[in-house]
Amino acid sequence: MLKEYRTVSEVAGPLMVVEQVEGVKYGELVEIEVSKDEVRRGRVLEADGSKALVQLFEGSAGLNLASAKVRFLGRGIELGVSMDMLGRVFDGFGRPRDGGPQIIPEKKVDINGNPINPYARDYPSEFIQTGISAIDGLNTLVRGQKLPIFSGSGLPHAALAAQIARQARVLGTDEKFSVVFGAMGITFEEADYFISDFRRTGAIERAVLFVNLADDPAIERISTPRMALTAAEYLAFEKDMHVLVILTDITNYAEALREVSAARMEVPGRRGYPGYMYTDLASIYERAGRIKGRKGSITQIPILTMPEDDKTHPIVDLTGYITEGQIILARELHRKGIYPPIDVLPSLSRLKDKGIGEGKTREDHADTMNQLYAAYARGKDAKELAAILGEAALSEDDKNFSKFADEFETIYVNQDIEENRTIEETLDLGWELLTLLPVRELKRIREEYIEKYLPKTRPA
Amino acid sequence: MDEGRIIKVSGPLVIAEGMGNAKMYDVVRVSDERLIGEVIEMRGDRASIQVYEETAGLGPGEPVYTTGEALSVELAPGLIEAIYDGIQRPLDKIKDHVGDRIERGIELPGIDHERKWHFEPRVKPGDSVEPGDILGVVQETVVVEHRIMVPYGVRGTIKDIKKGEFTVVDVIATVDTADGARDVTMLTRWPVRRGRPYAEKLPPYAPLVTGQRIIDMFFPVAKGGAACVPGPFGSGKTVVQHQLARWADSDIIVYVGCGERGNEMTEVLMDFPELIDPRTGEPLMKRTTLVANTSDMPVAAREASVYTGITIAEYFRDMGYNVALMADSTSRWAEALREMSGRLEEMPGEEGYPAYLGSRIAGFYERAGRVKCLGTDEREGSLTVIGAVSPPGGDLSEPVSQATLRVAKVFWGLDATLAARRHFPAINWLISYSLYLERLEDQISKAIAADFGDLRKEAMQLLQEEAELEEIVRLVGVDALSVKDRLTLETAKSIREDFLHQNAYHEVDTYTSLTKQRLMLKAILDFHHSALNAVEAGVSFDATMELKVRDSIARMKYIPENEPERLNSVFDEMKAAFAGLTQAVGGEEVA
Repeated sequence: MLKEYRTVSEVAGPLMVVEQVEGVKYGELVEIEVSKDEVRRGRVLEADGSKALVQLFEGSAGLNLASAKVRFLGRGIELGVSMDMLGRVFDGFGRPRDGGPQIIPEKKVDINGNPINPYARDYPSEFIQTGISAIDGLNTLVRGQKLPIFSGSGLPHAALAAQIARQARVLGTDEKFSVVFGAMGITFEEADYFISDFRRTGAIERAVLFVNLADDPAIERISTPRMALTAAEYLAFEKDMHVLVILTDITNYAEALREVSAARMEVPGRRGYPGYMYTDLASIYERAGRIKGRKGSITQIPILTMPEDDKTHPIVDLTGYITEGQIILARELHRKGIYPPIDVLPSLSRLKDKGIGEGKTREDHADTMNQLYAAYARGKDAKELAAILGEAALSEDDKNFSKFADEFETIYVNQDIEENRTIEETLDLGWELLTLLPVRELKRIREEYIEKYLPKTRPA
Repeated sequence: MDEGRIIKVSGPLVIAEGMGNAKMYDVVRVSDERLIGEVIEMRGDRASIQVYEETAGLGPGEPVYTTGEALSVELAPGLIEAIYDGIQRPLDKIKDHVGDRIERGIELPGIDHERKWHFEPRVKPGDSVEPGDILGVVQETVVVEHRIMVPYGVRGTIKDIKKGEFTVVDVIATVDTADGARDVTMLTRWPVRRGRPYAEKLPPYAPLVTGQRIIDMFFPVAKGGAACVPGPFGSGKTVVQHQLARWADSDIIVYVGCGERGNEMTEVLMDFPELIDPRTGEPLMKRTTLVANTSDMPVAAREASVYTGITIAEYFRDMGYNVALMADSTSRWAEALREMSGRLEEMPGEEGYPAYLGSRIAGFYERAGRVKCLGTDEREGSLTVIGAVSPPGGDLSEPVSQATLRVAKVFWGLDATLAARRHFPAINWLISYSLYLERLEDQISKAIAADFGDLRKEAMQLLQEEAELEEIVRLVGVDALSVKDRLTLETAKSIREDFLHQNAYHEVDTYTSLTKQRLMLKAILDFHHSALNAVEAGVSFDATMELKVRDSIARMKYIPENEPERLNSVFDEMKAAFAGLTQAVGGEEVA
């Protein structure tokens, strides 16, 4: 029988102090009986002598200092895992929210996980074809990568993430990805969009969803991504599955983190976010990857809405330092009606180089990618110049580049939400666009590839 | 062994009482799991301890054991090709012991104590030795001769010296000292927070040749110098660091991955055994030691990792080697300092960083340098430190960047705009600097060619002019410029695209020797001069721009080092092309 304490001395925001406790351990799970039929959860943030500082996941509303009963469970927060999780929807704390029965766990796993030994990691190098040219051709995703989508309010990041989940596959295999979906503080409608899309395409059968909605307890969001990743690790490293983890929206997660930090009166880092936010975010993102000798993999696509589209905002900035690149959506392209509105210049996939080329995609991939980037950048410059000085002031070359930039956006980046392009189609499309430029400007491509792939005449 | 009791646990910070006998920076073992920690504050008999492992599950009342020793590393044959965590536990052995994930409470020595090495003595009985003298050598890898030195504080005459196969803990020599006979093993220990001693510090004079054109040509770093690479995310800090670790002409490389991605360490582990060092013809891994505290590993060990790395680097420097240390990223180390400082409830300085941030950073970079090593042979060694900095939002006014710029002599400023255009390395030539430029110029000119410095100056001037001209173009268009200015723009563009831009993933382009660098830049500038002469002789500007030889210049970067005749043929082609042009307008031949 666990000892029950009725010595709550203080509740403030998401924090609670319990006194005269014995044997409390840092990080352990706490149950708080608020009333006869309501039990809430918490976690020990600090064990100081006979005092314990507890973080309440479900808020403190209705909690009475005198009548609350507190039990320390002697273990960390755990998730019961089993193959029966597939096809199910859970809340942010791992309890079923789809009306289905409780899962009978194969085992219980601490949701914090231990760091992966870098020596045990296998370098991600298998090309994932998402069917989206701006990603496959220019910001290639590989199995085991963590590639976030930096978006803004009102941009179609949900549609893009769902499209990736629907179309992603590794060439030459029919293996499908399982999807683990972790929602933190998003609206019902947005969550419903994903769930309906998974249902429509049948992906739900191989998906596990953890959903914390905007009106669910905010502090619960701190455990939601860890629940999702614990499930993903079980599927990937014990059941040999290739798992795509979509986490949305990290911005809400970071705000929950800030709330706890502020309540603890910690010295803040930038914009009130705690100084340890980098470490904390890393403990989520670094759980993507491959492990030597294991068949499965975890590929992560976290979604962040950039406050005021600001790339230097701490949440976005720290994420960019941890993840292996970023896909950035641009409002300007969205306004032009381009879907997906991926701004390819600041977007980046750091792991692309090992995932492309001969035997993976095609030998000419790296060179054309670099050339398309450089040409698009130059085209954008030319357009800027034309905006000031007028079209007539452009040199012949600049006019070509300017035209290239326009066509690049409307033909290459732009595609239908249901359109699934093969990598060959994407690469050929790139070559087609390069015919707009003089051959001598194709400095980043090896001559033999120009010889072999550049169309001699421009297709209509 | 004394024993204290935990009274408080808050993340990586543990406070214990009954610690009256502990000293500052002593290593302690926390709880019966024996987690490794270090005393960072003492108040009465209470000690604040930063714990290098996850503290979940610890609580008040559990024991804390003092060891009386400062945080130290083991130094002996076996360091090369190793991969360590922040406190020198071998990650490969941890994997053998506990599997794919790092569990806590693992105790493994940094050096294999069982493995036998062949020890070849260099002294004989009766020789008098002092600290730093080389007792003998072990061929640790094909390229690294590990020199076993007389330990610090040992002085006397050799009584006995052995030869043959020994483990690092076997006695290989006995020295008669003033205090009696001292047994010497190959293994020594050194506290990481104390710089290893040397006889004398010397100013650096030789360049660290990196094969990276923008660095070697425009912003070189000296062997024994300190450089920093600040840049926003995605600007290629890590690629620059990896390129330096690959191609720098150092004898030993120590690469510290501090709070960065796990996959980056994996990449080094995967690539380095495959990549061949152009100087030795052997795999790069044969000269490399890795220290990895990835961002998901415990934060307190992050702080220790840079010290672990630099102590290992100093040890090789003391043998008389040129050593280079890459620390990626020092910002994560500073953030670890900030986190501990916050938990200690210290009064924060700027942006929550502790007030002692600047002095810690300075203290670290100052451990770089060219030195005269201890020992009677007066050998020289050098330690070059190259630190990456990750300023939030790319804003260099933040405290870590500022503190670093105050001590580093070379600044490679990475630029997000260049990175977005895929101009890599994205080192902005207008803001970067190297304070070693003058000092190294003599050396390079002597070794390569006398015009090396002049080429650099002219190219840099053209790049500066380009920046000014672009302002004008933005206002009035390129047609308003004189032919000379338009040529300047074209040449500057050629310098940027054909010289400064360098593809780390291209098999040839990834490394360029100084000789080839000079030829490439000379070709670009020769073209500039010839075109200028041709235009003055009446050739149209467009005609010079349409010359095929421009393509040949642009493709020089892809010509392998071992085909110098193809590099030289570009100059002949250029001569012929301009001769053709001027003949066509009936002018005199211009060269």
